[in-house]
Amino acid sequence: MLFFSFFKTLTNQTVTIELKNDIRIRGTLKSVDQYLNIKLDNVDVLDLDKYPHLSSVKNMFIRGSVVRYVMLPRSEVDIGLLEDATRREAANQAGKAK
Amino acid sequence: MADTEDAGTSSVSEPLDLVRLSLDEIVFVKLRGDRELKGRLHAYDSHCNLVLGDVEETIYVVEEDENEQETIRTIKKQEEMLFVRGDSVVLISPQA
Repeated sequence: MLFFSFFKTLTNQTVTIELKNDIRIRGTLKSVDQYLNIKLDNVDVLDLDKYPHLSSVKNMFIRGSVVRYVMLPRSEVDIGLLEDATRREAANQAGKAK
Repeated sequence: MADTEDAGTSSVSEPLDLVRLSLDEIVFVKLRGDRELKGRLHAYDSHCNLVLGDVEETIYVVEEDENEQETIRTIKKQEEMLFVRGDSVVLISPQA
């Protein structure tokens, strides 16, 4: 749930998503679910000359499993909070495993 | 369950503990598709989803030149903050 909550804090931010087929898409993160499926608005495809078939798409749903990276705005990430949440999640997982 | 509380202080007892000890440290990550990352680890979960800061990505591309010799070209990219989906991750190693 850690990254689900993390992405929820980033809604309405501009992110760039790199897919496993190398397509890079920039847009506004509108929503996310537990599978890390993502809905993007105001979509811009980078390298449009390489991937012209997406030029008319303005908003999209991206299945979580095809995502390789999400490039994030550093200014919108509270690193201390994120690391604390990670340690909490790790402790929870360790508790479950026993 | 009694020792859930000291999970934060005990050392390595399961594989992901090694990753936990690398939080806020520089790590080396090898990915599927001949890619490597080096950056500061800010978050991870049990799927090996990661968030890295100040990342250098290296991509290895095999190219064939005119003599049909295979050469390896590397592409380097910088990212300030990067979420990496765990299913691409091959290994995570603490960097000294």
